[in-house]
Amino acid sequence: MIARLLTSREALLTGAIALLLVLIASRFPAFVEPGNLASVFNDTAPLILLALGQMAVILTRCIDLSVAANLALTGMVVAMLNAAAPGVPIAVILVLAVALGALMGMVNGILVWKLDIPPIVVTLGTMTIFRGIIFVISGGDWVNSHEMSAAFKAFPRAEILGLPVLSWIALTVIAAFGLFMARAPLGRAFFAVGGNPHAAVYTGLNVGRAQFWAFTVSGALAGLTGYLWVSRYAVAYVDIAGGFELEVVAACVIGGISIAGGIGSVGGTVLGALFLGVIKNALPVVNVSPFWQLAISGTAILIAVAMNARASRRKGRVILKRAEAPA
Amino acid sequence: MTGGPRDDPAGRLPRPMPASVTGMQMHAKDMTAEPRGETAPGPVLALDGIVKTFPGVRALDGVHLALHPGEVTALVGENGAGKSTVVKILTGIYQPDGGEIRLDGSPVRFPTAQAASEAGITAIHQETVLFDDLTVAENIFVGHAPRGRFGLIDWRGLKARAREILDGIGARIDPDTRLRDLGIASKHLVAIARALSVEARVVIMDEPTAALSHKEIEELYELVEQLKRAGKAILFISHKFDEIFRIADRYTVFRDGAFIAEGRIDEVGHDDLVKMMVGRSVDAIFPARAADPGDTVLAVDGFCHPTEFDGISFTLRRGEILGFYGLVGAGRSEFMQALFGITAPSAGSVSIDGAPVRIASPADAVRHGIVYVPEDRGRQGAITALPIFQNVTLPSLARTSRRGFLRMAEEFALAREYTARLDLRAAALDAEVGTLSGGNQQKVVIAKWLATKPRVIILDEPTKGIDIGSKAAVHAFMAELAAQGLAVIMVSSEIPEVLGMSDRVIVMREGRMAAELHGGDLTPETLVRHAAGIEGAAA
Repeated sequence: MIARLLTSREALLTGAIALLLVLIASRFPAFVEPGNLASVFNDTAPLILLALGQMAVILTRCIDLSVAANLALTGMVVAMLNAAAPGVPIAVILVLAVALGALMGMVNGILVWKLDIPPIVVTLGTMTIFRGIIFVISGGDWVNSHEMSAAFKAFPRAEILGLPVLSWIALTVIAAFGLFMARAPLGRAFFAVGGNPHAAVYTGLNVGRAQFWAFTVSGALAGLTGYLWVSRYAVAYVDIAGGFELEVVAACVIGGISIAGGIGSVGGTVLGALFLGVIKNALPVVNVSPFWQLAISGTAILIAVAMNARASRRKGRVILKRAEAPA
Repeated sequence: MTGGPRDDPAGRLPRPMPASVTGMQMHAKDMTAEPRGETAPGPVLALDGIVKTFPGVRALDGVHLALHPGEVTALVGENGAGKSTVVKILTGIYQPDGGEIRLDGSPVRFPTAQAASEAGITAIHQETVLFDDLTVAENIFVGHAPRGRFGLIDWRGLKARAREILDGIGARIDPDTRLRDLGIASKHLVAIARALSVEARVVIMDEPTAALSHKEIEELYELVEQLKRAGKAILFISHKFDEIFRIADRYTVFRDGAFIAEGRIDEVGHDDLVKMMVGRSVDAIFPARAADPGDTVLAVDGFCHPTEFDGISFTLRRGEILGFYGLVGAGRSEFMQALFGITAPSAGSVSIDGAPVRIASPADAVRHGIVYVPEDRGRQGAITALPIFQNVTLPSLARTSRRGFLRMAEEFALAREYTARLDLRAAALDAEVGTLSGGNQQKVVIAKWLATKPRVIILDEPTKGIDIGSKAAVHAFMAELAAQGLAVIMVSSEIPEVLGMSDRVIVMREGRMAAELHGGDLTPETLVRHAAGIEGAAA
């Protein structure tokens, strides 16, 4: 039954996005031209990447608020490295970014696993720490476009078959994540651990370890996005992507990931991120203040959560009907 | 109905008194409450012909129960006799499907817990339902705090009243203490104080001594005496015969959801009561088994735990079903959890096929071929949001994956094989487990474990809460497992099931092995005697 609800959630989101596009197209037909849609997707790619990592974390009944700070710190580190040693190949920078991000995720994971600290507290703490480290290593200075090498800046924009590398990376990660969640034992463990931690223990699964790996995955994707972000916008400073973690969580919630853990899908997450991405890109076009964007995504979150709650309540009623004989 | 207790503001009834029994008895003489005992009039609260049905189960079949003011009525029955259901009906949590509840002789209904509480019915549960982060005084008056001007809570009065009540029951507890900082016995005192504060007329105590130490139990008995003198009608649910005979005035026996007998406790003996509890035929419904155990598979030696169990040693052979019987709280599940590696025992060793093994986690246990089907399926067994096939393959993912990738075809094949063996009828293997009935969920959990090809399977209350048809299927399957050479440990509190299925039974009492029984010793009476610690049980 939930499976049907989930598919309907995905169908619903697809419909909502389509409706948005139709509404916008009625006034600004240029918005729905393939080229523009591709650039909307490209613009939403960082959100998609982080939302997928966040999905893994939320599935295990945790939350990762440090993703944006992780992104910013990794971005600053690779930007400073590039400024200092422009000769370091992009491949090395990519590996470094993913590794550094994963390491920060592991710090979160270890604190949750071994010290049993609630994830929201852990990641609130590391979020602040990561931002602080950026300030310490950069001295509060910016790394500007002219300090970065051409290759460093060109990588995410390079086009393959008409799409920028950034989009290709997002598409690859979506596919890999889909495969991972469906076919890897660890992906299955995320669902099991979040769906019923007690039962998972009795099954011989280590709940803390699954959560550790979820944080690591989330951190690695944040690190990867860190490089992509800094090179795309060609600037690194302390506050980049400030508050972005909330948008990431919002994408997951709108995409039907249950905050209580154990329920969600890759498709829903991607659609949730795209929904926010379309709104974000369309509002300036239709001449609506960007502040409305916050109100609209907030409303979308409330509607999504209300729908989740209603879905589970309807489930409860069916059971009651069977249990409750006429008094 | 004289209505004495109701006219007494609760705070006045229990006066400050010394904690010694003699002191209290002396004091009782000048209590203002009505005289009770033999002269007591009709029951405060009576149930007649109460019927309660759940899907597939008739939990209560026209039961009768009467509670008299100033008297303790012990409700006696095996697990599954319907005691908890009655409590839930009395406290407004369940609605009866038929029959009548009479308060002071006039029919009443308790559509909500609030209504029952307002009628003066209060329950003190096994695990007290109080608020850990509120103070003692706040706990006592939650929901009915004394109000001052402007309808605001009168804190001063609240604390004073709380202190009065606590002193009245001889509890030396500061009303400002946070409940979390109190021990279980003190929490019981607070619960009792709360019962007194709402001017309860009927106090239900559901196995109140299950978690208490000997000294704390003595203190609880004194409180029960006080409540009696204050004219409360007390329903006392217990499995422990010594305490039933010590504090009850009357008894009522339920069996399988039906009323069996009632009377005064001094007119009945231990043996009569045991017979009334268990008296029924045990044969027929259980599968016939040819007990032919093979080699020893599992040997447990000297398992100890600082607080939960002590000195558990036994061996288990291939094809054998070993029953673990005992009262709730006897430490059976706790021991099984240690054997399965969820908790760590302080001492003891395990060997499989004669070779010592170390079990530090459930994963170790599964690797050594020991699997555990827990009692609480909802919480510990199935992952309800996952489909059936994914639940079944969860511990066997190494077998259904190749080069790190799960293979759905093999997952379905494995799930199909084992759910078919259990005769699980579900619409589809990709249906979520949450959509199945309790019995089918149980089958999914068992199928999950069988798929790991275990040597020893521990079934904790395998048929608890499932309908009769599914029960028979689980029993038949258990017999089949044993016949195939699996060693089975069955923890059960249902006497017919223990007797009908086990080759051998270990009875646990208060964390220790009270007896190991087989053959002719396996009778309902011996089980109950050993479990309850009745004199002469060694015979």
